[in-house]
Amino acid sequence: MKKIHILSVMGVVLAIVAGGAFTGCKKKGASPFPASGSVAGWEKSSETRTFEPKDLWQYIDGDSEQYIQAGVVSTTTSDYKYKGQLEAVVDVYTMSGPEGAQTILERGRTKDASVIAVGDQGLQYAQSVIFRKGAHLVRIVAYQSNAETSNALAALAHGVEANL
Amino acid sequence: MTSRREFMKEAATAGALALGAKDAFGMAKGNDARGGAKSKVVVARDPALHGSDGKLDAARVSALLDRAVSTFTGHHQPVEAWKRIVLDGGAKEKVIGLKTNGLGGKGISTHAVLVFAIAERLQQAGVKAGNILIWDRNARDLQACGLTINTDPNQIRCYGSDVSGFEEAVETWGSSRVRFSKILTRECAMVINVPILKDHSMSGVTFAMKNMYGVVERPQDLHANGCNPGVADLNAFPVIRQKIKLTIGDAMTSVYEGGPGFRPEHLWQPNALIIGEDRVAIDQIAWGILDKKRTEVGLKTLEAAGRPPRYISTAAGSSHALGVNDPQRIRLIEI
Repeated sequence: MKKIHILSVMGVVLAIVAGGAFTGCKKKGASPFPASGSVAGWEKSSETRTFEPKDLWQYIDGDSEQYIQAGVVSTTTSDYKYKGQLEAVVDVYTMSGPEGAQTILERGRTKDASVIAVGDQGLQYAQSVIFRKGAHLVRIVAYQSNAETSNALAALAHGVEANL
Repeated sequence: MTSRREFMKEAATAGALALGAKDAFGMAKGNDARGGAKSKVVVARDPALHGSDGKLDAARVSALLDRAVSTFTGHHQPVEAWKRIVLDGGAKEKVIGLKTNGLGGKGISTHAVLVFAIAERLQQAGVKAGNILIWDRNARDLQACGLTINTDPNQIRCYGSDVSGFEEAVETWGSSRVRFSKILTRECAMVINVPILKDHSMSGVTFAMKNMYGVVERPQDLHANGCNPGVADLNAFPVIRQKIKLTIGDAMTSVYEGGPGFRPEHLWQPNALIIGEDRVAIDQIAWGILDKKRTEVGLKTLEAAGRPPRYISTAAGSSHALGVNDPQRIRLIEI
């Protein structure tokens, strides 16, 4: 009887631990990439690719060094299409801390940048949006430009932000 | 297809013959270039290369290529020029590779329209479609250029080192230890380098010589110290020195800052092709073009920004002797 009781308690403890771990994993591993249609007009057009720091060069070649120096922990990327025409890529760099994201954001800033209210700090250019939220640095770049590009990128940025 | 052993033998022979030799266009090569002859670099421009929709005009790209190649070779008929290039490259009836660069992604990769124009001229010069191989690191890079993967041996082939694989043997030159793509070592008798001009956050400039990072398995190992001497060492390997016969550089679109990735805020259209055999001279000219643009938009020169492409002078130095970087030794022809 005592043995059965101990096993029951262990089972409950394991369930609680497993449940907590699952919840934690789910939150930590949740995709920052909006599903197709969740941001008006935007379709996710490729699979998500993930790069560890040691493999980041495969994606961005020598540019990887500045991210590594800023403490990048992982990088995920996915392609998007807006209304089937405008193509864009979303890169999410998860750094070891907010300061790393801040470093990258400020490093590429030019006088053409305008401030956009997304995340903790955001900048918008004619064909791109870059913002940081906590330890995340997000860069969204459009390959074409038309009258809708600016607003469409801003909407997608908010969609990504909501998932971080 | 040449076996690795056969290639090494050919390379050694070619290396011996190169001493004291000049190429088909009368240009001095390697050590010879240091003796007094000038290296010819042609920069051909067409301000109307991009249409009003921002897309490249294929017919104008073809015409610009013809003008550039004719000027470089001295042959008025482009097809005759290409026949000469193939013959002097030792590639008659052999596979000719076109090494592109698609690492920067869709917006800043070698343009397919240029690659197609080169392939068309090669075929008109008598090269079989199956003997033309467009290649890069992998399928994704090639697709970024707007190319389609094709392994049919009867057609123009297009695939990456992810298909061919890399040599087992690790080769050493200077500080570099690399494994080469089998496309370079086994498939191609001659390679035409078709890089795209970009700013590079570490090396300053990425163009002719830096594009060779895409022919080895672990290019990240060559990035230390601003890619110096990594770029020079890599280009000094016999397989690269011997097989890369010509560079037709894509400077139709470029990034002058924030490279090597696609940064639309720093994109510009030089609308140019840069052609030459001397990869060092080409990179020297390319550096000047990038710096000129940077100055125009109020940015620091690469030197002032702390990332001059030092690998260029290393490549020109006596230890590597890959070409010339002294402007007085470069015969720049702008058309």
